[in-house]
Amino acid sequence: MSKGPQPGIDSQNVGGSSSRPEAIKAIPIRHWGRWIAAAAIIFLAFALTYSFVRNPHVEWPIIWHYLFKGLILRGVLVTLELTFLAMAIGAVGGTLLAVMRLSKNPVLASVSWVYIWFFRGTPVYVQILLWGNFAILYPRLFLGLPFVNVVFASADSNRVIGVFVAALLALGLNEAAYAAELVRAGIISVERGQAEAAASLGMSPGLTMRRIILPQAMRVIIPPMGNETISMLKTTSLVAVIAALDLMTRVTNLYSQNFKIFPLLLVACIWYMFFTTLLTIGQRYLEAYFGKGFGEKEAASAEKRAMKRLERKTGVDPGVF
Amino acid sequence: MVKAEKVWKSFGKLDVLKGIDFVVYPRQTFVLLGPSGGGKSTLLRCINHLEIIDAGRLWVDGELMGYREKGSALHEMKPRDVSRQRAKIGMVFQRFNLFPHMTAIENVMEAPVRVKGVDRRVAEAEAELLLTQVGLQEKLDVYPAQLSGGQQQRVAIARALAMKPKLMLFDEPTSALDPEVVSEVLDVMKRLAREGTTMVVVTHEIGFAKEVADGVALMDGGVIVEHGPPNEVLVNPKEERTKAFLSKVLA
Repeated sequence: MSKGPQPGIDSQNVGGSSSRPEAIKAIPIRHWGRWIAAAAIIFLAFALTYSFVRNPHVEWPIIWHYLFKGLILRGVLVTLELTFLAMAIGAVGGTLLAVMRLSKNPVLASVSWVYIWFFRGTPVYVQILLWGNFAILYPRLFLGLPFVNVVFASADSNRVIGVFVAALLALGLNEAAYAAELVRAGIISVERGQAEAAASLGMSPGLTMRRIILPQAMRVIIPPMGNETISMLKTTSLVAVIAALDLMTRVTNLYSQNFKIFPLLLVACIWYMFFTTLLTIGQRYLEAYFGKGFGEKEAASAEKRAMKRLERKTGVDPGVF
Repeated sequence: MVKAEKVWKSFGKLDVLKGIDFVVYPRQTFVLLGPSGGGKSTLLRCINHLEIIDAGRLWVDGELMGYREKGSALHEMKPRDVSRQRAKIGMVFQRFNLFPHMTAIENVMEAPVRVKGVDRRVAEAEAELLLTQVGLQEKLDVYPAQLSGGQQQRVAIARALAMKPKLMLFDEPTSALDPEVVSEVLDVMKRLAREGTTMVVVTHEIGFAKEVADGVALMDGGVIVEHGPPNEVLVNPKEERTKAFLSKVLA
């Protein structure tokens, strides 16, 4: 060990210096490469856009003509309905499947495993076709007691499972299998101590799942679920194969009559992109909601929550005091 | 209040508890000391059935934990009945385990409202009182992430007390805390002990044991090596292992 001067600080500077030294004014590094790359990219983008916009085969007037046409708008509505209903089936079903899969009950766990295995093992396109052709397998549906020929009601399969219901079942049941894995990952991500703390307070396993585990798992589940929703919006276009009257069905029907293939496909693209953008924005708000207790703004709003609680308790707006 | 009889617990081939016997009477504080891996925490977790024992018997408040005795046969309890038993036992963890998505007061209110069905307003008033008693009246509406370790542990104690438990278990409640906040948690625990709360405490805080314990036990290798009143065990230990442990902790 070398014996140098005593470490520490200059005795005159104990307690920090009295005035702040001059701020650093350095000349920043010049990124010439970035400027050149940016210029090249802007030029290419401009050239591409120009050639596309000026291409006579795009037929802008046709796009405008069909973009807000009633027929197309009704298709957009069906697409949205399919997206949200299928995601609802997927989210609820997925949560059930995930809880079943993690259950100690071997029957529930196996049922969930087989379900996920089947629905992830076959293409959603094929599943749509299967549901669309359900009537081939069972032409009539019966409600009654099996094996004793007691029938309370029966109906034509094609009337119970119309194209919309077939499309919805195919998309929703398929989504449930994928959502199950997302929810399972979310549940596993919650620390074990949380379940133990809840158990030690006398909370039942079900209550613990609902009040403690799932709300925390949501924080992990929401981003990929948003992604799934965006993906679902576009997957719905596959139901055109059973003519479920969604946006894509309408577009294909139209261009098979008038052969305006490219403009009509662009109409579909515009609508899909528009709703994808909306969903992306919506996802941000959901993430903020389920991230409560983890954000940075929380400290500031504690006072607001205290006020709200006081207001509920006394029934008086504390602002008047 | 708590009675353990030949409690045995193994994890796979490893025997963690090898025949533990002890009794804690109401209003007493029982402190478990000993080196890490000696089985103290496991014993504590067995008391409220978070870990299931392999042999022996454990009673809390006169009830056999986790099983029902019918004749000579033992029947496993349904989850609902185990929950009912646990509701009578408060537990405080080394790592606090507060619910991060709920504010301090929501953490404290949750179990009374959801498990006991206490009216929200009543539960809220009680939670406010409990948090005031642990010195957190200013932090009612703050999420756990904004609290220091000492504050979080005090919320956790209030949360356990909100169920009006007959027994409180403390699993190394100060081991994850910064040295300067250990005393704020110990002070709350000392007050509880003096008020006559029945407590089983796993800790390394010898001072706490000396001050408030009615009985201490030193655990090592899955057995209780020595036990007795604190001013005997901690001042004039008879066993070599107790002496060795105390000299290390107090060094």
